[in-house]
Amino acid sequence: MAMLDRAARSMLLSELVSGMALTLKYFFSPKATINYPYERGPISPRFKGEHALRRYPNGEERCIACKLCEAVCPAQAITIEAEPRADGSRRTTRYDIDMTKCIYCGLCEEACPVDAIVEGPNLEFAAETREELLYDKDKLLANGDRWEPLLAKRLQLDAPYR
Amino acid sequence: MSLTTENQATQTRTIEVDSHTVNFGPQHPAAHGVLRLILEMKGEVIERADPHIGLLHRGTEKLIEYKTYMQAMPYMDRLDYVSPMSMEHSFVLAVEKLLRIEDQVPARARVIRTLFAELTRILNHLLNVTTYALDCGAITPSLWGFEQREHLLEFYEAVGGSHYHVNYFRAGGVAKDLPPGLEDRIAVWCEAFPRFLNDLEGLLSENRIFKQRTVDIGVMSAEQAMAWGFSGPCLRASGVPWDLRKSQPYEIYADLDFDIPVGRHGDCYDRYLVRMQEMRQSLRLVGQCLQRLKPGPIKIDDHKIAPPKRADMKRSMESLIHHFKLYTEGYHVPAGTTYTVTEAPKGEFGVYMVADGTNKPYRCKIRAPGYAHLQAMEALSKGHMLADAVSIIGSLDIVFGEIDR
Repeated sequence: MAMLDRAARSMLLSELVSGMALTLKYFFSPKATINYPYERGPISPRFKGEHALRRYPNGEERCIACKLCEAVCPAQAITIEAEPRADGSRRTTRYDIDMTKCIYCGLCEEACPVDAIVEGPNLEFAAETREELLYDKDKLLANGDRWEPLLAKRLQLDAPYR
Repeated sequence: MSLTTENQATQTRTIEVDSHTVNFGPQHPAAHGVLRLILEMKGEVIERADPHIGLLHRGTEKLIEYKTYMQAMPYMDRLDYVSPMSMEHSFVLAVEKLLRIEDQVPARARVIRTLFAELTRILNHLLNVTTYALDCGAITPSLWGFEQREHLLEFYEAVGGSHYHVNYFRAGGVAKDLPPGLEDRIAVWCEAFPRFLNDLEGLLSENRIFKQRTVDIGVMSAEQAMAWGFSGPCLRASGVPWDLRKSQPYEIYADLDFDIPVGRHGDCYDRYLVRMQEMRQSLRLVGQCLQRLKPGPIKIDDHKIAPPKRADMKRSMESLIHHFKLYTEGYHVPAGTTYTVTEAPKGEFGVYMVADGTNKPYRCKIRAPGYAHLQAMEALSKGHMLADAVSIIGSLDIVFGEIDR
């Protein structure tokens, strides 16, 4: 009887038909895909994307050139040079991140004692040439200015967990 | 093949012609990465399979010798990039053992680590099973599976800030606590996931095409499997109920209730079945972990090892000094050696670490399960057809990040 059952199932392609029926069911079910770039998936406040250097609300740059991020960077992607400014405060004269070296581990953001260097929500910074990915201080500060409202929001949301 | 020719002196000469050699990979889509497999064929039958590895060698072990323990963590993610947190897990446990702080890791951190280790197992098996089916000619499972993977990767991103290279586990706990609402999201997903698994099994388990490609292909007996150094699902498919989570429990596995799925024949089909069942067991474990999540600290309360809270760092001089010391010099690990293993989704993933009392490991040898599996490629595929080599590679679950290191 079991053999007959098996033979009947085999002849009638039962498992193939049931598989097709299942696929057909999925065909009519709501789609999981989204229409990128017009729709985007959710991003958490902890997302580690493109770097940015932030400023204080009065426009002063936050970075105090303590070089913690340079020290902790596992890929040695960060280069900092610093000297005292005319007003006596210590600031960077050079702050470079080689985005082709960076492994987006987030340790620089964790290490920064003044929340100056952050990894922002931007993930679309592909470039056509390598040179465009060697970020200097101007580029990073410009990123900071561009993303500041979102960056501040993200830091505020994640503050209880840091 | 032999050719017989007659020369001028009407003597017969026999000329041996080699079986021809096929270069399978390193750009072959079924080679799962950068495997270069030299196949010596006799007609369509494989006579010899010679895996050439090293195309993804990045010198991770040597790099780690020049990084502090905290800096070395992101490199672990990049070993088996399909199951990043399991890779971190072995490293973290090894460092904790050398620091002698295993007992001081808070309960919540242990539960979170177990939770994510099991989510990682599902993540890994989902990719393996579905792409394995793709290798065998079924496209639909991979399209469905990636939707489920996306959910899991969103959990990853919620805790660690990225889909793969999360850098989330730390010596003495985890980097940050779970964000609000994540437990509920995981619970909701747990409710829905068994239905997906049923659908996946409905497509594959009885499908005659899939079975013809996998049943009795690449058979490995239990003795052979142990002799080749198999571990994980590949070993269990051969009928050996060996699971490090049961045999030498780490984290909270001793308190959790789960079964070890075991195969019988050790063929490609059994390896598929074992992975499917393991996903169901992992789901059970995830549910149990969620029940055990109680509020509490998520890293050790020793600021020589784990950084102080940010609010403290801004206010207290001592915390600020700890913060600066940790992120520049790192922590010093007392001299000693350890071989710490975890049951990674692919098998026994071990870290043999030698510490010399400084802030960097003296040596960090990584034992990757895929390496042992790949070396059996010749034994498994000898006498099979060329198309079967694809099923065998798929069933072994090979990822080159960990094999080439």
